[in-house]
Amino acid sequence: MIRNFCIIAHIDHGKSTLADRMLQLTGVVDARSMRAQYLDRMDIERERGITIKSQAVRMPWKVDGADFVLNMIDTPGHVDFTYEVSRSLAACEGAILLVDAAQGIEAQTLANLYLAIGADLRIIPVLNKIDLPSAQPEKYAAEIAHLIGCEPDDVFRVSAKTGDGVRELLDHVVADIPAPIGDPDAPARALIFDSVYDTYRGVVTYVRVVDGELNHREKVLMMSTKATHETLEVGVISPDPVKSPALGVGEVGYLITGVKEVRQSRVGDTVTIASRPATKDLGGYRPPNPMVYAGLYPIDGADFPVLREALDKLQLNDAALTYEPETSGALGFGFRIGFLGLLHMEIVRERLEREFNLDLISTAPNVVYRVLMEDGSEHIVTNPSEYPEGKIADVYEPVVRATILAPAEFIGTILELCQTRRGEQQGLDYLSEDRVEIRYLLPLAEIVFDFFDALKSRTKGYASLDYDQAGEQAAKLVKVDILLHGEPVDAFSSIVHTDAAYAYGVAMAKKLKDLIPRQQFEVPIQAAIGSRVIARESVRAMRKDVLAKCYGGDITRKRKLLEKQKVGKKRMKMVGRVEVPQEAFVAALSTGAEGEKKK
Amino acid sequence: MPSAPPEGLPAPADGRLPTAALAGLGERGFSLYVHVPFCASRCGYCDFNTYTAAELGAAPGASQDAYLAAVLAELDLAGRVLGSVPPVQSVFFGGGTPTMLPAPALGGLLSAIKERFELAPEAEISTEANPESVDAAYLEQLVAAGFNRLSLGMQSARPAVLAVLERRHTPGRVAEVVRQARAAGFGSISLDLIYGAPTESAADWQTSLETALSLSPEHLSAYSLTIEDGTRLAARVARGEVAGIDEDQQADRYQVAEDVLSAAGYANYEISNWALPGQECRHNLAYWRGDDWWGLGPGAHSHVGGVRWWNVRHPRDYTARMAGGLSPAQGREVLSTEERHVERVLLGLRLAEGLDLAELSPVESARLAGPVTDGLVALRAGRVQLTQAGRLLADGVIRRVLDM
Repeated sequence: MIRNFCIIAHIDHGKSTLADRMLQLTGVVDARSMRAQYLDRMDIERERGITIKSQAVRMPWKVDGADFVLNMIDTPGHVDFTYEVSRSLAACEGAILLVDAAQGIEAQTLANLYLAIGADLRIIPVLNKIDLPSAQPEKYAAEIAHLIGCEPDDVFRVSAKTGDGVRELLDHVVADIPAPIGDPDAPARALIFDSVYDTYRGVVTYVRVVDGELNHREKVLMMSTKATHETLEVGVISPDPVKSPALGVGEVGYLITGVKEVRQSRVGDTVTIASRPATKDLGGYRPPNPMVYAGLYPIDGADFPVLREALDKLQLNDAALTYEPETSGALGFGFRIGFLGLLHMEIVRERLEREFNLDLISTAPNVVYRVLMEDGSEHIVTNPSEYPEGKIADVYEPVVRATILAPAEFIGTILELCQTRRGEQQGLDYLSEDRVEIRYLLPLAEIVFDFFDALKSRTKGYASLDYDQAGEQAAKLVKVDILLHGEPVDAFSSIVHTDAAYAYGVAMAKKLKDLIPRQQFEVPIQAAIGSRVIARESVRAMRKDVLAKCYGGDITRKRKLLEKQKVGKKRMKMVGRVEVPQEAFVAALSTGAEGEKKK
Repeated sequence: MPSAPPEGLPAPADGRLPTAALAGLGERGFSLYVHVPFCASRCGYCDFNTYTAAELGAAPGASQDAYLAAVLAELDLAGRVLGSVPPVQSVFFGGGTPTMLPAPALGGLLSAIKERFELAPEAEISTEANPESVDAAYLEQLVAAGFNRLSLGMQSARPAVLAVLERRHTPGRVAEVVRQARAAGFGSISLDLIYGAPTESAADWQTSLETALSLSPEHLSAYSLTIEDGTRLAARVARGEVAGIDEDQQADRYQVAEDVLSAAGYANYEISNWALPGQECRHNLAYWRGDDWWGLGPGAHSHVGGVRWWNVRHPRDYTARMAGGLSPAQGREVLSTEERHVERVLLGLRLAEGLDLAELSPVESARLAGPVTDGLVALRAGRVQLTQAGRLLADGVIRRVLDM
């Protein structure tokens, strides 16, 4: 009598509110202890209104006198976490497709919907926020019906805020979603769909049991990593952890083994019993694969050890986070960090700054390049400043399949944007009369730059974007270096398409010219490809830097002023002889989109 | 509004100085400064410690008489604290507007100084004066009392510039006062000019320089206008009523001053000061050379043997302290060896004579390579001197040498 389901929804479409209502209606949480977005654990999630870590909650529900167990598995809702979403979906038999009745479906939701359909899940379409005056349930019901091939009347209408329609929805979950099927006598197999580090308990691993049973106090085997651990505790979440003696077929729960890092208990891996292991895993496991790299540096060099410790701590809870120390001539000691994508990068950086009180400076993010040399050797480049010198035969860059959903009026501007970003159109479909789905193959590097910001500003925020890895392609790429007073500034080196190199060089040189304060000597700024200078600017020498007088013998004031300047200088980085304020680096490294926004 | 005083240590109530500070008295020159905190009106750019009659009101503690009595009391305090002092090399009355006091009052203060301290033969006795606040009789009385140097706040020869600065005198008044001062017997006259004020053109500045030269002063100071926080001028700039400072333009003006003045035989001896040979202001030099001096009056700064202190700023507070038998010092600092070194470098480098290379540590000497390459300093006869280009970038050069 189990039903396992998840909710697929876009940020702000009300997933957490719907989950809150379900928790209340099923009596798992009483109204008094209810707080908004109950399941979102970290502050950062609550503030951004997004869910980073999925969780599973067990809820009792009665239909016609029969008792059912509903396991609601919360899925992350952003492009960077596609793999985690796919594992959450794999733990379910059905999915509620939740769409804001005032906004319609968004690109990420559509992408996740396709994943769910691909995983053979039963889809229950639901329009939320029907109480909003701006809701257009007819229009969006038709859109959804068109997408999943049902009748508009089959689309549920609820208000998660008021609770309207939620009871009926729960009944429907029981009626429509198939019960899990598995072999209770087979060797145990359970899918890890999430893994969370807890300060007190170590890693808490969330699993969906497919076959057999997982018991308290037995040796389990992680089939991909071959690691064995003893289960110290198994249980279910309702909504707080409750110990149980065992987890059987179709059940969703957690296990605690005492491991300290989520890397030892990886999402997508199959758990079995060491003494009677399954022969075949559940499939679908993939080690996390960083797509985007950036250098992160403490603004105060003395904070380097703090940053290292902070990253070590974050990694306990983030198997996708990879990092290694690197040194930049311009920025000092820091780390090259691999991220799943831009949001992942933003979240990591924000957590480092907030939870560890660090002031950080980040280089522009870049993708991973594969460079083949004429001598046959191959380099994997995760940092533009390590781009190989010498005769290069081919350079390969990652590409993604991007899906953009937007009102039809923006088709022109979106196609133009995608074309200028070296996109290759793959398709264009109308979801409804005035909404389109545009599919493009795009170099990931173009998206990483400022694509999303540009898309948002061109479409007044109405477009949504999703993308998924689609291999690599050969491209005409070059490294552009930026030289200050003849010294290359490693943090500003960038790998760009040949056609864009000149524009990039000119823009960067101009930007720096405005950002670098005048020095006691003229500072030439050059952009160069190899030894060929493609753009040139200069910061004129400062002409006056002296206090005219020392009024009334107040020498103290003058000395204090000098001491104050010394403190200010601590925040300066030296590039050769040029003093560059941190703010200049930060501003220069921020993507062009910010300039666009400020206009 | 006067700018804020520095933060320092509390000063002892009896004004006593550490024995170590007193030990070196006599090794350096010794001077006196008298601060006169009165002005007829406040100029728009001014953040000096000075007050108009309206600002002071009728409070008895802020009257000129109370002030004069308090300065005499501070002279007594200085005598007690310092014990035996070497002959005084220079006395400088500054302000404010010292000539807001009647000539006999200024003369009386000078006499009181002479009673308590021995003046060196040929000591330099200066007072600042505003062109509108003196006449022939007044100047004669000053000379009779022993003053031998007059520093006139000319600022500009152009009415429009004087108006922006909110100065009350007319350009012609300066020439008249210089004539009267000569006639009265002042052997040394200095004119103060300000350049780079809003609305001032290159031609205005040229005119001011030439007008000043036509009066044949022994000494000239040319200060770039600085817009100080809290002044009326700062507020006007903030409101967009007048243009702010263009430092490149000020650099141009400075260059013009150097060209015009040096062609006329005046040598630059400190960044903002030029003089005919032998006419350098000794009091000014005392500051830059790190000599000892006692500053009397509200807000005055003093330096003795590595101890710097500053008096309470408001005349009312100052007279109250003196009346109560307390030291008027509001705060002080006892410089560490390191701080004294920093000061020696930052003060010494501003002078044309420069800094003895031996003052610098080997590391600091090595840091000179950059500024030398950039043409900002030169090494001559064992001394580090700013080049002409380096004078306007002195603060940066100092930071580079000290790595600050």
